[in-house]
Amino acid sequence: MPKNNRRNKGPAPALGNLEFLRWMWAQLTSMRTALLLLLLLAVASLPGSFVPQRGVDARAVEAFRIRNPDLSPWLDRLGAFNVYSSPWFSAIYLLLMASLIGCIVPRTRIYLRALRARPPKAPRRFERMPASGSFETTADVDTVLAAARRVVGRARVDVVSEDGDGGPRGELRAERGYLRELGNLVFHISVVVVLVGVAVGSLIGYRGAVIVTEGNRFSNVLTQYDEFTSGTWFDPDSLPPFSLELDDLIAEFDTGDGPQRGAPRLFEANGTYRDGLDGDDEDFSIRVNHPLSIGSTDLFLVGQGYSPVIKVTDPEGNVVFDEAVPFLPEDATYTSGGVVKVPDIGTEQLGMQGFFLPTAARTAEDAASISIFPAAANPYIALQAWTGDLGLDEGTPQSVYVLDTSKMTQVLDENGDPFRIELQPGQSSTLPDGTVVEFTELEQFARFQISSSPLAGVPLGGVAVGLGGLVLSLFIRPRRTWVRATSDGSRTVVEVAALDRVPRDDLPDDLTAFIDRLRDEIEPQEKP
Amino acid sequence: MTAADYAEFSNYAVASGTIVLALAFLAHLAELLFVRQEAVVPASVAVGGGDTAVAVAESDDDVEPRSAVLSRIGIALTVVAAGLLVAGVVSRAMASNRVPWGNMYEFGLTGVSIALVVYLVLVRITSVQWIAPIVTGFGLAILGLAWSAYVPAGPLVPALHSYWLVIHVAAVMIAGALFLVGASASLLYLLKERAELRGNVGPILRRVPAIAAMDRLAYRTHAVGFVLWTFGALIAGPIWAHYAWGRYWGWDPKEVWAFITWVVYAGYLHARATAGWRGRRAAIIALIGFATFLFSYYGVNIFVPGLHSYAK
Repeated sequence: MPKNNRRNKGPAPALGNLEFLRWMWAQLTSMRTALLLLLLLAVASLPGSFVPQRGVDARAVEAFRIRNPDLSPWLDRLGAFNVYSSPWFSAIYLLLMASLIGCIVPRTRIYLRALRARPPKAPRRFERMPASGSFETTADVDTVLAAARRVVGRARVDVVSEDGDGGPRGELRAERGYLRELGNLVFHISVVVVLVGVAVGSLIGYRGAVIVTEGNRFSNVLTQYDEFTSGTWFDPDSLPPFSLELDDLIAEFDTGDGPQRGAPRLFEANGTYRDGLDGDDEDFSIRVNHPLSIGSTDLFLVGQGYSPVIKVTDPEGNVVFDEAVPFLPEDATYTSGGVVKVPDIGTEQLGMQGFFLPTAARTAEDAASISIFPAAANPYIALQAWTGDLGLDEGTPQSVYVLDTSKMTQVLDENGDPFRIELQPGQSSTLPDGTVVEFTELEQFARFQISSSPLAGVPLGGVAVGLGGLVLSLFIRPRRTWVRATSDGSRTVVEVAALDRVPRDDLPDDLTAFIDRLRDEIEPQEKP
Repeated sequence: MTAADYAEFSNYAVASGTIVLALAFLAHLAELLFVRQEAVVPASVAVGGGDTAVAVAESDDDVEPRSAVLSRIGIALTVVAAGLLVAGVVSRAMASNRVPWGNMYEFGLTGVSIALVVYLVLVRITSVQWIAPIVTGFGLAILGLAWSAYVPAGPLVPALHSYWLVIHVAAVMIAGALFLVGASASLLYLLKERAELRGNVGPILRRVPAIAAMDRLAYRTHAVGFVLWTFGALIAGPIWAHYAWGRYWGWDPKEVWAFITWVVYAGYLHARATAGWRGRRAAIIALIGFATFLFSYYGVNIFVPGLHSYAK
């Protein structure tokens, strides 16, 4: 076998470093590699749609890890919970980007050269072209070529005539469709612009979320956020100063009897905001799909829920806690979980954890209550209590929605079972030690997402321009047309040929139509 | 008529439209069987220049071949089915007082209706009858998917209260209809190419145009579909996502699959320009692209929880 023979002759001359790099580059920028990388990118995106992603829904990730304790460490090692920022995903798209740039640069050079070039000479034998035809006319060569120039229309055209041996002859060379390659280049450059724009935008932007209960105020400083992520280049001190107060949250649900019962119909947050530290208060109304823009910052209403107002009175009759506590919705009927932390009560701190149901109902006398409707028609709260150390003083930040009971003891009733606090608005419950817990009233909260994406226009504009380029690159038809006229003194033989750079089946028909128009142009008197 | 009347009328219209389309599909299947049979019987006549079995049989002046009768019956039934489905779409829109593509049921129903109308217009101006079994078959399958996701007519959740619903979903739906036509062409290309390689092009595949023509049809529909998909999924979608969810792109499962579909179709367009990938491999990539499109439309909502799940 030839391959073996070659191997037996000893090692092939080693490629120099530069040659090796050049060879690698040629491989990387070949169309085949680009194609494989594209398909690889599609495959690499797959796991992110089946395994929950930290960047999308961190809670879903935690739930998934609890359900799959054996699999999760392996998935973690593979970066499957962060697919789109994992090294292997980045590797593919960086290679794709390199391949893209390596394709764009030389093609741009070639295109610029082609832009300056003149249309190529007519081939010697027209019948070898995909479409050709000829006819004879009495008109002279110059008339024929002038007519052909008009019929060719918008194209780059050269007309060359000479006096040959047999008589005057000349040819017309026309090329059109330069916009195809331009569109192609514009599209691929746009893809690079979009990717760079997204990357830079995520470095200088920020995104946070905050829960604001009716009657409360939010100021745009880092400490007020429940969640906050920002790019590496973002300085949290540069958060624009503004504040807002939520007056009213409107949540409407479908009250019909059909299967859509309970489906959300309207969410609207109304209140006032102030741009800057001391400005005038202005009204706002934020709905889903209708964010509020303050300067470069956008505020979106992304969720809502209930904040029961809980009042705790110690056995001596001092009010030690009186606050609206947000309970986070967990399902479509707004069964919500929440935590009440009462640090300033006696020597033992008090913590309560439980759930809230906007419309509570029991399916049977001894069954647990469930929520049957998302609106607050029959609010009900069920809590269990712990006393001890809430762990607030250790300096480590902790979530207001999680109760750490490791240093606390559960409050029990006289039978030794957990003491249950079950309340409706206006009701109160007395713990065994005499502490009174009251559910005074029900407020609603709005969950706002606050984000700044300063460079969003770059990728969006890039995609829009790229779309224009894509249309040009797919639908412009580059075509070369040649007309050769040869005169023998009395008659002129006209030959026509055309070549599509991107082969199409309607070329022969087009050529026939072209010849008809050319004849009409040369001899208009023959027209009926 | 009240909204409830419109909704009820819509359900009856769509149900009967589905049944009539099933009958049309059966008629076209029967037509294929007769094409086979008729090709066998006058084989001696066909040697001369019978390009299609129908043309051969037509030389028998008096009797119209059964396959031709069935073809006409199938198309007439498709006309009736399309009329019923369009009536169902329009009354559905009247019942809910909005564009009829607010959920998966409506998306599938409206998409199939558009595809059928486009197909019937094509039948009228050029002869694309040979694609009938595939169009009616695919149409039935997608109607089946739509029925499996049926919800009664009604208003939309707040996230869908936006004119971007009209733009984003319409662009994606038309792109999907074009991908369907393109996938049909690519499938026929693969079948006929294989038959030609083996040298046993049967009477059914003989009615299908030359593979070069199938390849071109596939390319053109995919090219237009790709442009619309780019606009609908990668421009209109992110803009709407910004207003509704506060971010342009967040790798929600539906976004992931829209991206995968885009990448695979981009791969198809590149494959057609790559030596060694033209033709069969490109056609296979196109079919993979259609599978990813179907999964983005249907599978994501059924199997994966995500932000688009309200569209169920």
